[in-house]
Amino acid sequence: MMIEFTADELHHVEALKAKYPDSKAAIMPVLWMAQKKWGWLSEDVMQYVGSVMNLPYAHVKGVATFYTMYFKKPMGKHHVQVCTNVSCMLRGGTEIFQAVKERLGCENNSATADGTFSLEEVECMGACGGAPMIAINETFHENVTMEKVNALLDSLR
Amino acid sequence: MYTSPHLVLPRIDNLADIDVYMANGGYQQYRKALGMTPDEVIDVVKKSGLRGRGGACFPTGLKWSFMPKGNDKPKYLAINGDESEPGSFKDRQIFESNPHQLIEGILIAGYAMGIEKAFIYIRGEYHAWVDMMQRAVDQAYAKGVVGSAMTQTFGGSYTIDIVVHKGAGAYICGEETSLMNSLEGDRAYPRYKPPFPANKGLWGMPTTINNVETIATVPPILAIGADAYAAIGAPGHTGTILFGVSGHVNKPGVYELETGTLLTDIIYNHCGGVPGNKRIKAIIPGGSSMPPLRGDEIDGVRMDEESLKPLGTHIGTAGIMVMDEDTDLVKVTLRIAHFYHHESCGQCTPCREGCGWMEKILHRIDHGDATVQDLDLLLSVAGNIEGNTICALGDAAAWPVQGFVRKFRDEFEARCKPSRSFLSLNVVHGRRATASTLVQST
Repeated sequence: MMIEFTADELHHVEALKAKYPDSKAAIMPVLWMAQKKWGWLSEDVMQYVGSVMNLPYAHVKGVATFYTMYFKKPMGKHHVQVCTNVSCMLRGGTEIFQAVKERLGCENNSATADGTFSLEEVECMGACGGAPMIAINETFHENVTMEKVNALLDSLR
Repeated sequence: MYTSPHLVLPRIDNLADIDVYMANGGYQQYRKALGMTPDEVIDVVKKSGLRGRGGACFPTGLKWSFMPKGNDKPKYLAINGDESEPGSFKDRQIFESNPHQLIEGILIAGYAMGIEKAFIYIRGEYHAWVDMMQRAVDQAYAKGVVGSAMTQTFGGSYTIDIVVHKGAGAYICGEETSLMNSLEGDRAYPRYKPPFPANKGLWGMPTTINNVETIATVPPILAIGADAYAAIGAPGHTGTILFGVSGHVNKPGVYELETGTLLTDIIYNHCGGVPGNKRIKAIIPGGSSMPPLRGDEIDGVRMDEESLKPLGTHIGTAGIMVMDEDTDLVKVTLRIAHFYHHESCGQCTPCREGCGWMEKILHRIDHGDATVQDLDLLLSVAGNIEGNTICALGDAAAWPVQGFVRKFRDEFEARCKPSRSFLSLNVVHGRRATASTLVQST
């Protein structure tokens, strides 16, 4: 697979750089772009982002590994994030995490064999008023029960 | 548009739409500010008694006055919307239902301090809310209320640009100096203070960092006047606060109420009480890093910083977490310790090592493998983290552990063995041991 942004995307990268007093600041939005395009940040992707951003690979990797939301390995098509922090834990988040884990049959921070799902036990997502919550990719689902979670996962197969 | 206590979240439908916001008097407070000198605007905010809503409760007007005068260097404003403190979900409500009030607050703050560019830093998990905020900023540019068109729209010569920046999942970015490093494109390690951001902040330039709710409170202050605002709520901590209530209550959610509201009033009236009418065992008053209160000491407690301080805790982010009588507090404390261990940036040894150590000890207690001496060890580790790190994450990790162990020591002790026992006698060690009490055969 050729790792390269399209001309349009490169144009967008330049626009992002111009938003900040120093172009280095655009690294986070550019890493987001790269993750959206390639699904995760492989060594090759990080090398490429470094060349686009005119930054050393070590710096790109340093930033990418600092944040939990940049994937450093392939994740599933549907990334299931279950919050087990205090507010969710008090309302059954831990049990939901265990049940989802058993249902998907994969470990925390890994994908199912067919790559359809991946699972992550996340820290507080800022949806405490709707606890327990899960997020699938970028969408929050609040006030969930195991039945609702199962129905959601059924709809995604 | 503003009647207390609905100042930050007025009860108007579709306020997130710029036309609705303007039809209800939106962006008029910036006009009002333009009629004053920047120093007069700062004085109004000082007089209002507004204190930062991000957790530290620093007086906002005073913070603004630290910014150097003059325009020989670019100055920046960073809006902290990282909102990662467990139990906090209030800023999200502003992005969703009243983003233009935040933008108007940025214009006023920017004018008062001579800011040329503002950055709204929003946590990465808030994908949808980042988009909502970006949409509001785009609308504001299209209407000419932000950016170079401001001079035509409002008159005057002042302009400001706003950039929405999305994080990528790191609790530490809510710490102001870490947020600056993150924004600059570095690993988000907190910086030493001094130099303080007002002297040397983003890209080495004077910078002010304010919480989302703080800035969104500025337009109503100008609308109703400093004196009227200062008359709302508790005298030492004025105004209204967005309380995010979660855990064991019937109606969790965000409630905008006057400061100094009774905690029991929030729980039993606004939030409909505890499910099953159970008793309350513990309450965290302001996000997971704040020491807890026991259920039997909440009567008469008022929710403002000056009232909470004598009780050994703080208002923090006003994220109230309620735990009923059946809650396993050892597990709660373990979960909190796990969170801080996970989120420690790793820069300072006491926090990096200490948070992991606390988690291990709590794990032992939870699994029934600990002795009562471990409780003292836990407090000792916590005490050695507190105050010994660059940023406040160390304190944030130590306080809840200390708080829970001190306030519920009996519950922790009940899970501990009186002394260590080994499954089999370690003969070699046993012969050498001088502290014979350590080794007991089972």
